[in-house]
Amino acid sequence: MSDSTESLMGTFPQLLKVRLQRDGDRPAMREKAYGIWQTWTLNEFCNEATALAAGLSDLGFQRGETLVIIGDNRPRLYGAMLAVQSLGGIPVPAYQDSVAEEIQYVVEHAEARFIVAENQEQVDKSLEIKEHCPRVEKIIYCDPKGLRKYDPNVVVDIQEVMKRGRNALAKTPDLVDQEIAAGRLSDPAIILYTSGTTGRPKGVVLTHENLVVTAKNANAFDNITADEETLAYLPMAWVGDNAFSFAMGLVAGFCVNCPESSSTVAQNLREIGPTYYFAPPRVFESVLTSVMIRMKDAGPFKQRLFNYFMAVAKRTGVDLMDGKSVPLMDRIKYALGEVLIFGPLKNTLGLGRVRVAYTAGEAIGPEIFDFYRSIGINLKQLYGQTEATVFITMQPDGLVRSESVGTPPPGVELRIEDNGEVLYRSPGVFLEYFKNAEATSETKTDDNWVRTGDAGYIDGEGHLRIIDRAKDVGKLTDSSMFAPKFLENKLKFFPEIKEVVTFGDGRDFVTAFVNIDLDAVGNWAERNNVSYASYQELAAHPQVYQLIQECIEQVNQSLASDAHLSASQIKRFLILHKELDPDDGELTRTRKVRRRIINERYGDLIEALFDGRTRCFVSTEVVFEDGRRGKIEADLEIRDATVHQTTSKAA
Amino acid sequence: MNDRAQDQILLEVDAISLSFGGVHALTDVSFDIRKGEVRSIIGPNGAGKSSMLNVINGFYHPQQGTITYQGQKRSQMKPHEAARGGIARTFQNIALFRGMSTLDNIMTGRNTQMSKGLFWQALRIGPALREEIENREFVEHVIDFLEIQAIRKTPVGKLPYGLQKRVELGRALAAEPTLLLLDEPMAGMNLEEKEDMSRFILETNEEFGTTIALIEHDMSVVMDISDRVVVLDYGRKIADGTPEEVRANQSVIDAYLGVSHD
Repeated sequence: MSDSTESLMGTFPQLLKVRLQRDGDRPAMREKAYGIWQTWTLNEFCNEATALAAGLSDLGFQRGETLVIIGDNRPRLYGAMLAVQSLGGIPVPAYQDSVAEEIQYVVEHAEARFIVAENQEQVDKSLEIKEHCPRVEKIIYCDPKGLRKYDPNVVVDIQEVMKRGRNALAKTPDLVDQEIAAGRLSDPAIILYTSGTTGRPKGVVLTHENLVVTAKNANAFDNITADEETLAYLPMAWVGDNAFSFAMGLVAGFCVNCPESSSTVAQNLREIGPTYYFAPPRVFESVLTSVMIRMKDAGPFKQRLFNYFMAVAKRTGVDLMDGKSVPLMDRIKYALGEVLIFGPLKNTLGLGRVRVAYTAGEAIGPEIFDFYRSIGINLKQLYGQTEATVFITMQPDGLVRSESVGTPPPGVELRIEDNGEVLYRSPGVFLEYFKNAEATSETKTDDNWVRTGDAGYIDGEGHLRIIDRAKDVGKLTDSSMFAPKFLENKLKFFPEIKEVVTFGDGRDFVTAFVNIDLDAVGNWAERNNVSYASYQELAAHPQVYQLIQECIEQVNQSLASDAHLSASQIKRFLILHKELDPDDGELTRTRKVRRRIINERYGDLIEALFDGRTRCFVSTEVVFEDGRRGKIEADLEIRDATVHQTTSKAA
Repeated sequence: MNDRAQDQILLEVDAISLSFGGVHALTDVSFDIRKGEVRSIIGPNGAGKSSMLNVINGFYHPQQGTITYQGQKRSQMKPHEAARGGIARTFQNIALFRGMSTLDNIMTGRNTQMSKGLFWQALRIGPALREEIENREFVEHVIDFLEIQAIRKTPVGKLPYGLQKRVELGRALAAEPTLLLLDEPMAGMNLEEKEDMSRFILETNEEFGTTIALIEHDMSVVMDISDRVVVLDYGRKIADGTPEEVRANQSVIDAYLGVSHD
């Protein structure tokens, strides 16, 4: 199966033509419709794509042109992608949840004349877009429900287009084949618009070569074969889905399953039992939370059983997976746990057959990560971005860590700049930002290195650790790296700490403002007979200071074990007398710290942290909920925390 | 919908009077429902709207008057005859089998289409199995139509109210009705659920050509989706016509819509 395409290079349509001869009857796509999993064999999938390609060509679609695709993961939409690529065009998937204006930008920027929309909802959006983008000529839909009364000159059924295509093919049978043969590896294969946090989204152009080579490398890295099962449930506009479902699936020849609807993903996951699975950290997090909540409702016997075996798993599960030696008794207990708890649990979650699972996108909590690994799910992390066709680093089996993101797979080179920014060069490096040469040259150097915008370093094991956005990273006076958000996030893992602001850029050492979490600390105070009348009083309580100091010292301890971060240990801290509040402008509405405002407002406190004072008076103006203004005054204590020597070079 | 020919009369109620002891629920009410239209019955509480629906599907037997359905005139009809005749309905207070799944509930709507006896159905072999598969396929189309795939196997009692209403509509649709009676399909729903429900009602009407008679309190919904509206008050018909006509009718304003204070 895959060996026939292993050595072959070509565009996706070219590769598929070769695979068709051997794997024509193998399932290529499945979709649950009307309660039953419906299968498209590779033959059927390619035939539909060819008919659609011919139909599009008949409608006037030109080589090099773009076509916007909006919808959930559907075999027909993947087919549309292939059809467009067959004609030498460029599919541009858009996020199906986006509002019309957001998609309008994509349609406008990509200069698309054609839109393929999944259903009425997406057609309605497309029509709204068409009013502002007169260039749009045809809107092709897959699901006819509710679309009878639309103008047939603009809104066309995909079946009609395919019928048109079949007629055209009857006249000129090699209509599409010729176009496929004319495709080159260096042709753009797709444009993916990145949901930029700042400014307008940028269209990342990836070539066939980017995708095919990357897919092959990734398949080889984890021994992905034609026997895998995956569930394509993440947005088609996201590079991950394109790589995992489309590129890797078509190259390796495994079947891609599309859920019935976005609300049935969990059920469909259980039915399919994927062997290769990807999910962002928040999915793993929410699944774990729901498991724990449901366990709380279980009977006492079940709870004890669960807790006992989860403790066994915690002790031995990860070692077992990494192939380390584990005492015989623990092995036996784990095996029993597998039969009684882990196996059924994995089955319920639909993860019973998972051979390789990945998570990426943001940091995953170590406990969450270890939970899944300890019950025998080979969950790994990868670090990637659209511009790299996903993969920059991946964790090889047996070398999985929760705090780092692995090593560069074959073909990827890494470089760390002086300011800590991570750069990479790989076969997946994107061609350009569509119609944005300026941004391209800012991100990509002449010799093909790409700036990630993330700061990180290579740890003692040779694994990449990402700590912060590069632009937020500063330096201490001894020129060691200072990553404020990294420190703050580490501290915020403690439930007692709600908000932290760290200072250290251009200073001798690191200090912090801490906001206590009123719920968690209030609860603690109740249990420990600490009485208080207000937030301010609780925050200033010596025992609370002691509590927070212990948290900080724990963090310092773990920082000390890392040569790169040892200098970032927090030397002095204070607990703020009031909560940082978006109403006072100290936080954004999404609860991100506004450093500039805090520097202005609390300048004296910051100086006190660094000049060795043990108390500092502060008076701040606040806005109450009813809009009145008032002043809060306090005399804050400043404490020193224990700072450790660097314990070892390696992490 | 307005573009389709609707002059054919599907159902006509003529001079219906219904009373329970001394209470006159309906007095001399006449109106008709044309094929393919969305017909609304509105009126204040206790105006006799639900009684009217119950008369149409044969649950109540009027003391006077006749009903002509598909050309057949009768003064009484039994509910099962109505069901066989293609009249399906939903209820004001949801009447589903709470312990059964969404799928099973909607399957019960296919009962009128199944010809094999209880015995064969219980054995689930041969023709009975084939019949069940055919009907299941139809039900799956209904599930797809109403976008309730995610709750296919969920016991109905566990579902939120808005979804239960949708399941009930599904069961009525499963019977492939000629005339669909909806008793306050949108009561107690939030705006989004109302919009969804309106969409499904219009789609049903357009896609399957089903004639729909509904009782509803939300005036904006009624005015939006109805072709014609009949207004009852104290068991009497006080107005009948297009939404615009009804909205402008003085007795309707007095009885129901209220007077604007400007």
